Amino acid sequence: MRNPLNNKIVGIKPSGIRKFFDVVSEMKDAISLGVGEPDFETPWHIREEGIYSLEKGKTHYSSNAGIKELRVEICRYLKRRFDLDYDPLKETLVTIGGSEAIDMALRVMLEEGDEVILPQPSYVSYEPCVIMAGGKPVIVELKEEDEFKLTKQELLDAITDKTKILILPFPNNPTGSVMSREELADIVDVIIEKDIFVISDEIYAELTYGEKHVSIASFPGMKERTVVINGFSKAYAMTGWRLGYAVGPEVIIKQILKLHQFAIMCAPSTSQYAAIEALRNGDPDVEMMCEAYDGRRRFLLHEFRRMGLSCFEARGAFYVFPCIKSLGMTSEEFATKLLMEEKVAVVPGTAFGDCGEGFLRISYAYSIENLKKALERIERFVRAHKQ
Amino acid sequence: MKEKILRIIEKNSKLTSEELAIMLDCSREEVEAAIAEMEIDKIICGYPTLIDWDKLSGEKLTALIEVKVTPQRGQGFDRIAERIFKFDEVETVYLMSGGFDLTVIIRGKSMREVAGFVSEKLAPMEAILSTATHFVLKKYKENGIVMQNDEQDERMIVSP
Repeated sequence: MRNPLNNKIVGIKPSGIRKFFDVVSEMKDAISLGVGEPDFETPWHIREEGIYSLEKGKTHYSSNAGIKELRVEICRYLKRRFDLDYDPLKETLVTIGGSEAIDMALRVMLEEGDEVILPQPSYVSYEPCVIMAGGKPVIVELKEEDEFKLTKQELLDAITDKTKILILPFPNNPTGSVMSREELADIVDVIIEKDIFVISDEIYAELTYGEKHVSIASFPGMKERTVVINGFSKAYAMTGWRLGYAVGPEVIIKQILKLHQFAIMCAPSTSQYAAIEALRNGDPDVEMMCEAYDGRRRFLLHEFRRMGLSCFEARGAFYVFPCIKSLGMTSEEFATKLLMEEKVAVVPGTAFGDCGEGFLRISYAYSIENLKKALERIERFVRAHKQ
Repeated sequence: MKEKILRIIEKNSKLTSEELAIMLDCSREEVEAAIAEMEIDKIICGYPTLIDWDKLSGEKLTALIEVKVTPQRGQGFDRIAERIFKFDEVETVYLMSGGFDLTVIIRGKSMREVAGFVSEKLAPMEAILSTATHFVLKKYKENGIVMQNDEQDERMIVSP
């Protein structure tokens, strides 16, 4: 029989997180700090709107790009929060989570062999998506001493004649790093001068502590070369609704829409109706959740530093990224031993790129009681293994 | 900062002032001073524990009584409300707008005890015109906390 599979797909290695998941799910009374989604449930008024849409029988396909009302609300929201101007009809597309938008944007923009600059540590999907779209990932290893931000020099060093796209993953999963207006301004010049495009994954935009998130698309000259990806999962605790969106130049969005139309048809209508409510009346919920995350973030930073682990001040998303190099173990060893000895699950930094070696991703999407319990166990573990 | 403290301890009064200080990025002394001040000002009125008595064998019974009263000259409803809330059995007293005047929530060991309180203590008071007693059958949510909550963390244990 012939090989039924595509070798490019077979060659992509499965997510490092999966392996861990299988071990933990077998274990009783393990505490997990490994989750990449909010602990809050979707606010009731948003869920209620979804239910109401079902009751009214709004169970049909929507237009391919998403319900117009929702696209209008998305554009209003982007203007209100991040000072971005997009046309709801021509420059906005509602997708199945931010993930679809990332995948589709890469597929419509890349020619075989084009290079994509990909800062790591970062979300696990970028690299496989680049490969599947025929691109060549060029990894930039972000450093702890730069607080895991992309510097101008790093960017310059990575650019070649074949560079087409920069993926900009801030606020960052797994490091919690954010880039300020000044730091973005630094790389904007390079991007424009070298004529490359940006896919800016801003799914954690609402979750910053301290300075407000700045979108790179708000810089002069950047809107026409940036696709902004955002969604409802993190800000409104709506992961399971699978709803995101892409906004960008009409020429790009138009092609993404074509692909989306053939592959997906449209995002789930129920989720879209709920999302309209989220954008119209969800600001207080976001604020409440953000305040809760911030308290937990400070608590974790304080505790890790008290244990003697260095931990840079993460100011976004809901992760801290402590360094465990002083214990003389690899990230994977640490995570495996911690799970076996103290039954606490964390994700090794290497799941997000090789340069995550020596770090752990700790999620604070858990109640403070839960975090306290887990941190006690981690402290006991660190004490026992300190050299 | 006071409001931030309140929003946290409203849900969990067991956190220490040190933990609060870390979470709010200030010193322990500042947290303690703010809490002390709010205790004096009666913004913080106490630190009770929310108990689901139904889970114990010696059940307790809760009743909500709608009371109509004649307000008294010079003191309105306050005096009669005070006479009612001084009873230990009385857990809550609210002055209401609408069809009746006071909501009185009482807790007793049995229906007989509650009935006795209403007929012997409450109803005979001079200013009280009428009472209507409603027994609580099941508590779903109290003080913002869902009582019969056996919800689990439904999330996958590890996710990207």
